[in-house]
Amino acid sequence: MARITLDGIAHSYNPGSTSEADFALKRLDHVWEQGRAYALLGPSGCGKTTLLNIISGLVVPSSGRLLFDDRDVTHLPTEQRNIAQVFQFPVVYDTMTVAQNLAFPLKNRGVARGAIDARVAEIAAMLGLTPELHRRARSLTADAKQKISLGRGLVRSDVAAVLFDEPLTVIDPALKWELRSKLKAIHRALDLLMVYVTHDQVEALTFADEVVVMKDGRVLQIATPAELFEQPEHTFVGYFIGSPGMNLVEAQVDGHLARVADQTIELGRRYAAPAPGSSVRLGFRPDYASLVPAGGIPVRVRRIEDLGRRRLARVALGENDIFATIPHGVSIEREEAGLLIEQDRLFVYVDEQRVAGQAR
Amino acid sequence: MDKPLNNRAWLLVAPVLLFVLFSALLPMMTVVNYSVQDQMGENHFFWNGDAWFRDLLNPATEVGARFAGALVRNLAFSVTALLIEVPLGIAVALCLPRKGWTVGATLVVIALPMLIPWNVVGTIWQIFARQDIGLFGAALTGLGLHYNDTQDPVSAWCTIVIIDVWHWTPLVVLLSYAGLRAIPDAFYQAARIDGAGRWAVFINIELPKLHKVLVIAILLRFMQTFMIYTEPFVVTGGGPGNATTFLSIDLVKIALGQVDLGNAASMSLIYNLITITLSWIFFTIMTQLDRRREE
Repeated sequence: MARITLDGIAHSYNPGSTSEADFALKRLDHVWEQGRAYALLGPSGCGKTTLLNIISGLVVPSSGRLLFDDRDVTHLPTEQRNIAQVFQFPVVYDTMTVAQNLAFPLKNRGVARGAIDARVAEIAAMLGLTPELHRRARSLTADAKQKISLGRGLVRSDVAAVLFDEPLTVIDPALKWELRSKLKAIHRALDLLMVYVTHDQVEALTFADEVVVMKDGRVLQIATPAELFEQPEHTFVGYFIGSPGMNLVEAQVDGHLARVADQTIELGRRYAAPAPGSSVRLGFRPDYASLVPAGGIPVRVRRIEDLGRRRLARVALGENDIFATIPHGVSIEREEAGLLIEQDRLFVYVDEQRVAGQAR
Repeated sequence: MDKPLNNRAWLLVAPVLLFVLFSALLPMMTVVNYSVQDQMGENHFFWNGDAWFRDLLNPATEVGARFAGALVRNLAFSVTALLIEVPLGIAVALCLPRKGWTVGATLVVIALPMLIPWNVVGTIWQIFARQDIGLFGAALTGLGLHYNDTQDPVSAWCTIVIIDVWHWTPLVVLLSYAGLRAIPDAFYQAARIDGAGRWAVFINIELPKLHKVLVIAILLRFMQTFMIYTEPFVVTGGGPGNATTFLSIDLVKIALGQVDLGNAASMSLIYNLITITLSWIFFTIMTQLDRRREE
């Protein structure tokens, strides 16, 4: 049980390089608290696995320090770090039964026999492995094998952290939901610090207390799932999270007014004039933009998708493609319609970063 | 499953069948032919029934005693060679580097013995083992050991076993190395995280994953050691006495030395049958063990 401190951690796979582009993981300072669940979320190659391997000790960072509580573990080998890790593909010991597999990490550390049996029974029950406990691990399906891997990761109660590297990749989609909520429940029950790497936003948002969104080796935002949805700090966060993602349109911002394709949109806050040459975009989620037959910003309707619980419209504002929600009871008959955007959900991004502005 | 039946498929198999017919079946039929006939004078053959086989399988007869003796020596040799080569091969494979330029260099050096033809291996060792000018023989004699590969049965046996180990352990090494390389890194990482020691990693990860290549290695090595001929022929000539007279050596003596075609033919058929049967038993046991572990 521990708190993990990332103190200026950065990593380049080309030793000695100082060029920013060479860094698979750019400088990062953060503290992960005991008992919480974190998700590292981002597309392939964003540096999330590098970060995980730095914590587990498979990679030594080029610079910075890694602290477990107050102990500097930056250069300690994996086995001395007291962490558990679950890999993308199931790792089971073929020669052993399921129970022996689960007991293995405890046995290697000289835990008493009775304590091992009790803990193995507890973990097996949590993961639904109890009926299989005495079967050979190698005869089981990939799903069950990955459950064993998860179990081996969770079986030690004294670990500093449990790390998951895309652990649900091989799991059948129907089982994913079940296992994900099980993991969440286990996290609550076991009071461990867990770090979960994934490129699947649903997995990250359902599992984690806090999500670390990464892209190209850079951490873009560390926030709760709700904050990521309501207040994305970076255009990528807005676009990557949510389905469909945030609408982003080119605009000229002047004070509390923005001009988009010959239309003037009133903003909730007042913004300083951005530096010349920088890219300025307005961002708002489809959930907070509604389409009405008349009034609001005039747009052209391209397509309406009925998703059952909600209707989504794809509209054009000048050259910009925008997704908007059609409120219940409203019917859009003509090609021309009006767009209403909730003012306090409309953000201004200068060079991809959100700017706060001042109250009007 | 309903698969369409099409007899024209035989046409596609026919070339292979024809090839096997001429390469294996027809030559073997001449042996079968010799095994049931006796010869009088110049090319005058007459039917002899199963008499050659009864002689061969009866240890009371002269040929039967020779056959039984050679068979026991053959089995002892195969078992000895396997017991040394398989563990040694795995051990060497575990010590090989996993990456870098040293991989290629080590593999080439290790594979070198396999590239040398049998009789050249025999000749090399014939000289290597000499007590007067051979490095191996002279060194052992210099150390005060009683070593003489042409006069002392124990020395002769050890020499043949060492030659085979030197010549063919590389095969086990290469197969095991390939098997080890196929184990994903995650297994080793997981073992480190689980706090497993080196021995536990070997027993629980490496050995089970090597199972399939080891089946191949053991089968190949068994068949080859059971058919050993050239090394004893060149180095010891089957002696001293008949200490290193294995089945193939004796077979050649009977067929080409004594021109006892009936004895030789029946012996080669039984020899062939034993090799096939033992290989089949090996294979069945090992695959059955595999299946049982799965249940």
